[in-house]
Amino acid sequence: MSEISENQGVIARALAWIDARFPLTKTFESHASKYYAPRNFNVWYVFGVLSMVVLVIQFLTGIWLTMSYEASGENAFRSVEYIMRDVEFGYLIRYIHSTGASAFFVVVYLHMFRGFAYGSYRKPRELLWMIGMAIYLVLMAEGFFGYLLPWGNMSFWGAQVIVSLIGAIPFVGPELMEWVRGDFVMSGITLNRFFALHVIFLPVALIALVFIHIVALHHVGSNNPDGVEIKQNKDSSGIPLDGIPFHPYYITKDFVAIVIFLIAFCAIVFYAPEMFGYFIEKPNFEIANPLKTPEHIAPVWYYTPFYAMLRAATFPFLGVDAKFWGLLIMVGAILIPTVLPWLDRSPVKSMRYKGSISKAMLALFVISFFILGYLGTIPPSPFGTATAQVFTVIYFAYFILMPWYTQAEKTKTVPERVQDH
Amino acid sequence: MVDKVPKPTRRYLLIGTAAVSTVGVVATAVPFVKAWNPSAKARALGAPIKVNISKLQPGETLGPMPAWRGQPIFIVRRTPEAISKLEMERTDLADPNSEDANQQPEYAQNQHRSRTPEIGVYLGLCTHLGCSPKYYGQVQPEAFDSEWQGGFFCPCHGSKFDLAGRVEKNLPAPSNLLVPPYSFESDDVIVIGVDEQTA
Repeated sequence: MSEISENQGVIARALAWIDARFPLTKTFESHASKYYAPRNFNVWYVFGVLSMVVLVIQFLTGIWLTMSYEASGENAFRSVEYIMRDVEFGYLIRYIHSTGASAFFVVVYLHMFRGFAYGSYRKPRELLWMIGMAIYLVLMAEGFFGYLLPWGNMSFWGAQVIVSLIGAIPFVGPELMEWVRGDFVMSGITLNRFFALHVIFLPVALIALVFIHIVALHHVGSNNPDGVEIKQNKDSSGIPLDGIPFHPYYITKDFVAIVIFLIAFCAIVFYAPEMFGYFIEKPNFEIANPLKTPEHIAPVWYYTPFYAMLRAATFPFLGVDAKFWGLLIMVGAILIPTVLPWLDRSPVKSMRYKGSISKAMLALFVISFFILGYLGTIPPSPFGTATAQVFTVIYFAYFILMPWYTQAEKTKTVPERVQDH
Repeated sequence: MVDKVPKPTRRYLLIGTAAVSTVGVVATAVPFVKAWNPSAKARALGAPIKVNISKLQPGETLGPMPAWRGQPIFIVRRTPEAISKLEMERTDLADPNSEDANQQPEYAQNQHRSRTPEIGVYLGLCTHLGCSPKYYGQVQPEAFDSEWQGGFFCPCHGSKFDLAGRVEKNLPAPSNLLVPPYSFESDDVIVIGVDEQTA
């Protein structure tokens, strides 16, 4: 801490005054200007920052929507129409929020893929990865609860289908289902509690988790496309040779990514906010009707890979009925990336140095994710179900066979230092 | 000097405090958990409802109507041909004799799954994931089944039920449609939600 002298400017003196009482400069230095990130980041490393941008967008628009939304079975649908037609710029705020939900999953899925490809979950980043998975789960819950709030017919029946899944749990299922709904059917009571979870509990949990995600990240440091630990090569003053300060180098680069992202985001908000039924589904322009199921129920696109796997369970197996298998497979598919740090036994981290089996498996995994995602959006058919079964097996094979194929293949030698290309 | 090893008495006190606190936390959680149960108002709305079926013709259905705890109910009046069809031996049904006791009251544990063969009362929620099946009462080829014998079809995931709500094998729905508790107040009035026969 520097002495306060009369010769310093007002700002410097104010800063010194604060620093004596709060670690402002110290925090900025340890998390930005003297936080060293690997110098070889590529475009895959912008999606973490972009998720934070979307979080801010959702937080802000969400608060504004709450000002005009009424959480009740009688008025919810009407109040959303009111926001769309009568509130000044209400339509824009709502479309930013509904598009933001999809954008959130786009950037988070890309952020996760980056982790898959470069082994960002490997030691010492296991906890960082698991905190990230917790964020992903909270995000899925947030999206699910939020989708009920407009109280459209797809909101109603989508939530009915997912809540009914709880009923598949042996013994306690039916009672648990009633407890979650607070009623014998989906009703205004259910809507109210989902609203409370969507606007209070989950956002608070999300922000807390994002905070500890960053605390953990800044403790272990970022991985990079080469999977080289930059902390193993430091200069005489203890600064990683392959590191550059996050501020100003990556902050300025991130701003470029943010601008490009916002251009694409605004284009969708202005020109295709419903995304042809993929962001806001057509039956949701009709009020919830407990007596009329839409012809075809499909969740929003970011859940469809898991929905396709749920529907792929059509026969009992090992004495467990198909419905419960569907639930187990769906939950398993969502949770299984959590244990990646212990499944990957490869001597190298990054896909750049892994062998051809790992590369092929990752490609198959991505293909199965896309195909399942597509199958989940279309009505069930025997061919679709059979296809979904095949790709469900491939999806799980990527994870379950990983301890073997990562050890069996021939890997390239990882260089000492990060590479220039 | 500070003694680094806690004395046994202190350890017991620590364990005791932790145990008592745990009990306190669990006890405090009770009201929060209970507050999620269906409220008195929700339960009151789930009270029994009377339905007059005097105008229901054979082969037709009443419903889906929000008749039992706000859930959709179908009441069907079956034709004599339909009743005789229900009495045939079936191997393509998952539970033709209603052996799964959770899906109907005892008095409906029979082939027609109802108090009387003619009138059937079924909960219109698919036992798979709770979609509302549609009534297709006619014996005629349908888009989803060229040899359709009449019954209920769920558009969500393709489960098929016959006119007694019995599910076909190897379809997503694991069990027959639920039969709610019901009774006849008179020949024409059904009370849904009450087991006792009052007539």
